[in-house]
This record gives sequence, structure tokens and C-alpha cells, in this order.
Amino acid sequence: MERDTHFILGVYVDENVLLHAVEKVRGSGVKIHEVYSPYPVHGLEHALGYKRSKLPIAAFLFGMLGTSLALTMQFYMMKFDWPMIIGGKNYAAFPDFVPVSFEMTVLLAAFGMVGVFLITSNLKPWAQPRIFDVRSTDDKHIMAIDLANNTSLKEDKIKSILTSSGATEVNRKSFE
Amino acid sequence: MQVTSSVRQPLVTGGKTYHDVTHDVSRQVEGKPSKLWYMAFLTAASVLALGSIALLTTLWEGIGIWGLNKTVGWAWDITNFVWWVGIGHAGTLISAVLLLFRQKWRTSINRAAEAMTIFAVICAAMFPVIHMGRPWVGAYWALPLPNTYGSLWVNFNSPLLWDVFAISTYFSVSLVFWYIGLIPDFATIRDRATGLRRKIYGALSFGWDGAAKTWMRYESVSLILAGLATPLVLSVHTIVSFDFATSVIPGWHTTIFPPYFVAGAIFSGFAMVLTLMIITRKVYKLEDYITIGHIELMNIVIIITGSIVGIAYITEFFIAWYSGVDAEQYAFINRATGPYWWAYWSMMTCNVISPQLFWIKKIRTSIVATFLLSLVVNIGMWFERFVIIVTSLHRDYLPSSWAMFYPSWADVGVYLFTFGVFFTFFFLFAKFFPVINMAEVKSVLKSTSEKAHK
Repeated sequence: MERDTHFILGVYVDENVLLHAVEKVRGSGVKIHEVYSPYPVHGLEHALGYKRSKLPIAAFLFGMLGTSLALTMQFYMMKFDWPMIIGGKNYAAFPDFVPVSFEMTVLLAAFGMVGVFLITSNLKPWAQPRIFDVRSTDDKHIMAIDLANNTSLKEDKIKSILTSSGATEVNRKSFE
Repeated sequence: MQVTSSVRQPLVTGGKTYHDVTHDVSRQVEGKPSKLWYMAFLTAASVLALGSIALLTTLWEGIGIWGLNKTVGWAWDITNFVWWVGIGHAGTLISAVLLLFRQKWRTSINRAAEAMTIFAVICAAMFPVIHMGRPWVGAYWALPLPNTYGSLWVNFNSPLLWDVFAISTYFSVSLVFWYIGLIPDFATIRDRATGLRRKIYGALSFGWDGAAKTWMRYESVSLILAGLATPLVLSVHTIVSFDFATSVIPGWHTTIFPPYFVAGAIFSGFAMVLTLMIITRKVYKLEDYITIGHIELMNIVIIITGSIVGIAYITEFFIAWYSGVDAEQYAFINRATGPYWWAYWSMMTCNVISPQLFWIKKIRTSIVATFLLSLVVNIGMWFERFVIIVTSLHRDYLPSSWAMFYPSWADVGVYLFTFGVFFTFFFLFAKFFPVINMAEVKSVLKSTSEKAHK
């Protein structure tokens, strides 16, 4: 990282307190960098104002690609490249091509979507995440506020907003 | 906020906090394995070593050393294949179908059940590969490679080829689904560890940080993978049943096979999940997470699927009679009263009669009874496949070709080999991976714990 970054961290124990806190903190004009939780908290993405994920669209498109590839492959091989009579069936025996087409659809939809998920979320074996507080993968919710994005507010003011919103601890963390 | 009806039993007992969940599951990964684990692992590894003698002999000599003859050309190999694939189905059912139905009790058992799926599918896939005789050239026969590689295109009209696609898709999608679920838990272990373990689990966790945005995407991915895996799991055993149903052998040429095989697969799979989970919860002291309530719910699934299988057996008989086809009628009467009558009645007793004991609440909430019955069901389901495959083949169209099938030592040995593989993998999983999905248990902890009911 080029410059030092400083964060104020609010530690929350209860998920319902956290949900109200997110609304309250955002309502007071503080920009939240991100909230880190040990498990998915329902409604948190709405409270933070995140847009719905577009991953379902990716899955659908990859699935369509799988279906088309599978059908193209089967018709090309069985009907055009090397037609053979098998069990008296048509060369292009469409019903027989359904199982493989279905499997390829599922395969490409799943792998395509997971690939997009890993890339967009920057998940890879050699990734070095910034860990604000190790308890965020255990039992605490950590709300991180980037001071560089909240220059209009004083640090003490942000800390008091966090405390009044129900944070059990308020810490400061800097990364080089 | 989630609200759960107060008439529901708590899913996690013992007043566990979030930190307790982390600690109870992670300590298995962090601590030295117990003596019991070493014993279990060494036993599994010995079975693997012993079975590999049979496997290597088969590869060296060819499948001529199996008990197959010119009438019964398919027997133990395909029986074991179908049996293992069937066992795998419970894992996907628990992780995908129960997710779509919002059954929260799945959270404690889905991780281990999915691991079981993956290992069972590996064991299953070995049989079609081994039975090719020369597996190293098998790729030319099973994959759609161009004609210049030695043979024509693969035959897309054949259910055996559909199986290649179905099993490989099933395996890879299950593996991805399982791994995506493991990522947050690997991060939990990473954040508790230091040194080399921190590096290893850090790499395994793909740099997971638990950001709300990533969780949102994770939830979206899980839901869609579940939506994809649900028709997938139904299609896999449907296609396995097509191996038989699309043929014209009396006893196989049956339209009831797809739903009947899927029900049987879930039936045997839940039995294997119970066998494994009853041992795991005892050895790892996870009784507060995998409660009697979980065991009872799984037993209810066993009653339902066992009854569906029972109805299917009876329907087959009725249809054989109603069809008026002599060969079909003979095939079924021969099953029940012919030379393999004992296999047929073992199947009927183990699969249809014994699971009905679970109607009695005392039996379905008893750990000992559940464990014993889970073994009985697995034996019964093996016999089901044996009965379908061998009794339909051993009475050929020409009475001069009638024969019996006797397994050779190599048949038994290769089957043992897959047991070795399955349990060795499972014990390694149980030691190095979190056996319970911590993040998902935490997400249902608050709304379903004992405290929430007060």
C-alpha cells in the first residue's frame, strides 16, 4: 500500500444491535468502509445499501453456454462429422442428447458462477487479506470506518457515534 | 431478524455461545488426534492396503479373474458402483434440497454429509474405470475425442456415456459446493493459528475476510448452487437407472426405475450419514450439535424413502403380472423363489420391513437402534442392486446358457479397496477439516438455541 491507512473499528456482539447500529451510523453521515462478520447476517446488505448481486445472471449465461456447447457438440459429432446408425435411431436423436446437455448446463453454470464469485470477491489461495480483528471470524461483528473517507468528521466524534450505537469496544487500527 | 416457532426443538443444545461453536469444532483440527482416531485411521489404511492387492492383480491379470461368466457379464462391479453412487446422494440432498426447503437442522450435518458424498462418488467412479480392463486407454472410450485418437466419436445414444457426464458433473459440482462452504471455516481456523498452520489454512481460506459484501455474494452462490445441485442429484441416479431401464432385459426394462432408484439412493445415503455421524459425534463429543433431534429427523427421512422403495418393489411385481409378458413375469417370480431367493428376501427384510421399526418413537430416538438399523439398510441396499443386476441376467434367453454368479476373491478385494479409500479419506477429513459448518451453525444459533425459546 502506498500510504498508511487508519481505521476506527466498532466491535458488536449482537446481530440485531449491529443492524440498527449500521443504520444509525450511516444516518449520522459516517461512511462505513465494510462490516466483517463470522456468519452471514440477514438484512445487513440492505442496511449497508449494497445492490443485489448479479451472480444469478452470470450463472444463467454460463448455463446457456453449456447447453449450446453440448447440443452443438452432439449434433456435430453424431449427425454431421461421422453419421452412424445406432440401434435404428435417427442420426440426430434429440431425446438421447438431453441428458448430456443437461449435465453440461449444470457444470458450466456452477463453475462459471463460482469463478466469477472468486474473481469479484478477490478470493484466491495467495490472497493476503487485511484482518482488522481476528475475532471477526469467531464471534464478533467488526464495523470498519476509513478515516480518509470521513475527513469532515473528527475522530472523537466518530468514536462516540459508534459507542452510542451499541459497540462494546471502539478501537483504532492502522495499516502500513 | 429470524423467528422460529416455539414448538420446535432447539437445534443446538447446551447453551453454546458463538465462541463455543468455534472452539468445539476447531479444537479437533488443532489438537493432536486421539488414540481412537489413530486406531480407526490405521484400520482403514490397512483395509486400503489389503484391497489394493486385489486391485493391482485385477489390473495386471485383467478382469478375467473376477467371478463374471458369459451369462452374468455384470455383477459386483456395477452393484458396487450403483451402491456407492446412491450413498453419495444423501450429502447433496442435505446440503442442497434441505437448503431450498429452509430446513435449518441441516447446518450441523451438511459438511460431513457432503464430504461423504465426494468420497462415495470417488469410490463409485473407480468401478466403471477398473472394469474397462485397461483404464489407461479408457479416456479414448469415454471422452468425446476426435477420431484421429484411435476410435470413433463416443456414442451419445448410450446411457453409459450419459453416466460419464452425469458422474463427472456430479463429482465436480459437489466438490465446488463443499469447498465454497469450507472457505469461511478455514478462515476461522487461520485466525486462531500461528506459524505453518496459519500459512496452510490461510491458503485454503483463499483470503476470506468475512466482509458483508462477500457474505452477500456467498449466500447468492450457495442458493444457486443448491438450485443447480437439486435437479443434478435427481438426474444422476435417474441416469444410473437408465443403464438398466433403457435395455431390453426382463427385470431391467422398467419405467419405474428412475424415481425408484432416486428414493433408494436417498434411503441408503441417509443410512450411511447416520452410521458416520453417530461415530463422529461420539468420538468428537459433538452431542450438542448433532442431537437426538437430528438423528430422529434423519430416521424419518429413512421411513419415507424406505416406504417408497417398498412400494416400488411391489409395483414392479404388479406391473410384471399386469403386462402379461411371460419373460417379465418369470424374471420376478425367479427373483423371489429362484436360486437367489435369499438375496431377494434379505433385500425385502432389510429395506422394507426393518425401517418400519422407526415408526416407534423409542426406536428412532435410540442411538444404538439407529446405528444398527443404519447398517442393516446399507446391507439391504447392496442386496437390492445385486438382486436387480444378477437375477435378471443369470437366467438367459437360452436355458442352456443359464448360470450362477459366484464372486472371486478379487471381486471381494476390490470392493474392500473402495471401503479402504472411503474411510481413509473420511478420517483424514475428520482430522484436518472442520467437521461441522461453523459459520452456518452460528447463523442459526440465535434463533434456534434454547435461550431463544425462553
